[in-house]
Amino acid sequence: VSKLLDHAGRLKPPIAYSAVQALWPLVAAIGVGLLMFYVVGPWLGGYRANIAVFIGINIILAVSLTLVNGFTGQFSMGHAGFMALGGYAAASVVYYGSMKFWGSAEFAGGGLSYSGLDQFAGPLLGKGDVLLVIACLVGGLSAAVAGYVVGLPSLRLRGDYLAIVTLGFGEIVRVLLQGTGDQIQPWKAASAEDIPWYKLLFMLGGPKGFNLLPTYATLFWVYLAVVLTLVVIYRLKMSSSGRAFLSIREDEVAAQAMGVDITRYKVRAFVLSSFFAGIAGALFGLYIGSINASELGFLRSFDIIIMVVLGGMGSISGATLAAIILTIVPEVLRDPPPVWPAGAFILLVMLVVQAWRRRWSVKSFIFVALTTAALEFGRQYCLSQGKNPADYRLILYALMLILMMILRPDGLFGVNEIWDYFKAFRRGSVARRARRIEPKGGLT
Amino acid sequence: MTQLLQTLVDGLTVGALYALIALGYTMVYGILKFINFAHSDIFALGVHMTIVIAGWLGVVATASTLPPWYVGPLVLVMAMLSCGLVGFIIERFAYRPLRNAPRINVLITAIGVSLFLQNIGQLKPLSDSLGIPFSPYPRAIPPLLESTVLNDSTIAEGTLFPRDDGSVVIDHDVTLEPNRRYRLDIMLPDGVERTVRITAPAGTIPAGASIPTTPPLSDAPASSALYELVRAPRVPISLVDVTVIGTALLLMLALQYLIYSTKLGMAMRAVSFSPRNASLMGINVDRVISLTFVIGSMLAAAAGFLYALKYQGQAKQTADSMWVMLGLKAFVAAVVGGIGNVRGAVLGGLLIGLIEFFGVAYVSSNYRDAYVFAILIIVLLFRPEGVLGRATVEKV
Repeated sequence: VSKLLDHAGRLKPPIAYSAVQALWPLVAAIGVGLLMFYVVGPWLGGYRANIAVFIGINIILAVSLTLVNGFTGQFSMGHAGFMALGGYAAASVVYYGSMKFWGSAEFAGGGLSYSGLDQFAGPLLGKGDVLLVIACLVGGLSAAVAGYVVGLPSLRLRGDYLAIVTLGFGEIVRVLLQGTGDQIQPWKAASAEDIPWYKLLFMLGGPKGFNLLPTYATLFWVYLAVVLTLVVIYRLKMSSSGRAFLSIREDEVAAQAMGVDITRYKVRAFVLSSFFAGIAGALFGLYIGSINASELGFLRSFDIIIMVVLGGMGSISGATLAAIILTIVPEVLRDPPPVWPAGAFILLVMLVVQAWRRRWSVKSFIFVALTTAALEFGRQYCLSQGKNPADYRLILYALMLILMMILRPDGLFGVNEIWDYFKAFRRGSVARRARRIEPKGGLT
Repeated sequence: MTQLLQTLVDGLTVGALYALIALGYTMVYGILKFINFAHSDIFALGVHMTIVIAGWLGVVATASTLPPWYVGPLVLVMAMLSCGLVGFIIERFAYRPLRNAPRINVLITAIGVSLFLQNIGQLKPLSDSLGIPFSPYPRAIPPLLESTVLNDSTIAEGTLFPRDDGSVVIDHDVTLEPNRRYRLDIMLPDGVERTVRITAPAGTIPAGASIPTTPPLSDAPASSALYELVRAPRVPISLVDVTVIGTALLLMLALQYLIYSTKLGMAMRAVSFSPRNASLMGINVDRVISLTFVIGSMLAAAAGFLYALKYQGQAKQTADSMWVMLGLKAFVAAVVGGIGNVRGAVLGGLLIGLIEFFGVAYVSSNYRDAYVFAILIIVLLFRPEGVLGRATVEKV
């Protein structure tokens, strides 16, 4: 036994290696955040930077939902509910926290969280930023607690039932948040000091929404969270937990037979997923400066589901890509460019790829060509009638969802990541022959 | 007591609507084992088809007179047929290609179909050029049925004489009970009908004494008129409520007959038991599934028609999460009663209707949607198979 322990001890990586492994994501996240804040943001300009923030928030939402809907194969339809919970929790921490600690709900952050147009004179980090980080964690944790509560019924429920319970949970959260009392207005900040914390938690603005929050979330904080989320979820997918999730998705009974504790892993997926949704909600509320539960109903949950389904049920990079595309598309549709160059480009890529793999699929060419033609026709029609094509985007989404399920049920990338496809191109590589890229069915 | 009975009547009426919609959910679930999310949109379509068809038949929301009696049933049948057709198309083109696909995929397709229908309903070109009034703007529901209260009791009738000060003199001794409302339905000599409320305090009023009314009858000609003195019931049961519950009951009985006493019903039950074995027995499974969708959609359309009766005069939007919410509550009803169980859906619908209305009346109207979902979660936690459902044992 001692020999075995000795052997196991030698398998443990050295501390320095572990430290680097643990810290590089944080360093990378800060790097990406700074890059977005100082370089990309100013380059994009106000309106586009705004969209970039929403892209970041949607990436967090989509990737975190992938954990439950994609990896674990459970079907959650209440993601917006977790987002709302986290958003409100964080908003109350920041808003009432500022009032309690420094007597006003004014902005008190540093340069990294300043979103005004003029130059900010002051340190990079202020006391408000501490509150922001705490708020994000509190938002995430409160959503995680709710995720635990919702995860529990998932032990007894499958598929559709779970979907409807999560949807019901999201609606209950929305209704309860809308039933809270009026918030204390910023100009009455002094009166907040006498009101105990637990009472303040019931003064969240009710149907009018929680408004006039100090806006701390910027491109920096949002993309910091995005990178951390991506790294955490990716490592989770590659860990033993991730394999357990995927095994539950593929076959629950078989997974149980192999010793996977189904209960534990389902709840774990729910808790982690809702934690990140809570953080996304926190950033969302603190970026806009207000949060309203009526906007976070099941339609918002459907939006996130569409991103996950489009990206692939279980693909992190796919969900990220889908979140980016589906956030940009409605904006682009406001003034639509011609569709055919994009269609031609996709056809060309498909030609090259299929020539390389020596596997031809005429059907896919016809499909892309027809889709391009239909979109171009729609654009021309809208232009000739003087109508805004953005009005029709939801019809397009819905059709896309139906067609996707009929033609490519596992989304764009299935369980694979985007780079898995490039591996297959290495000439003569084992991967090319051994790995069937076609995603397997078998979701239940 | 009054409030209790009133809540009971309202809850039962709306519960009957939920039950009709829940039947569609439960039939589809019983056979295909997936939630047809688009079902709530079929229901919304039913409401709007009622508006459209009534408009074609000349009944518009601003009409001052009611249409003849046969217009209502005609609208009902046409709305059911059109929604049945839509249900057939949805099944044929969205769900049939996925017959052997995993259930999650079918569920997502159902969400897609639901979103598609919702957004098609908002298209302005449809409303502008084709005259189909689905648009982002609210439309009023036309009146199709008289809003009579059935349990009014007439306590006196005869001749009355209006007086100059607006009060009236009648030819009977009447006793007015405290806390009740009384009204006079008056037929003036020129054939005009008027209704006035009596504002006299409780007590016995001898014949010939003056009775104050509101609005005052002062503008009426100073001659005798025929009257009926009517006591308003504590719990008014309107013709609309009775029609809604009656029609719903009739349709449920028809469905019951269809499922348990006809060949098609037997085929449906067989397919629900095992599609493969059913097809081995010579049942055309695709056709049975199509018919199930058509019947479910027709029931949803009927629910839409009855909804339009119940809320006539109100303006409703095509695109509103309200419809989805109503549909979801109906689905909750199906789950509570035991999904896949036709009688369970009816029971669940009535239960959910009652719970919702009692919650609104006795707890708080703010949390209207929360009660239903709370009940759902409680039922799923303690009896996942539903009240009337049978637990299934999963075999490996």
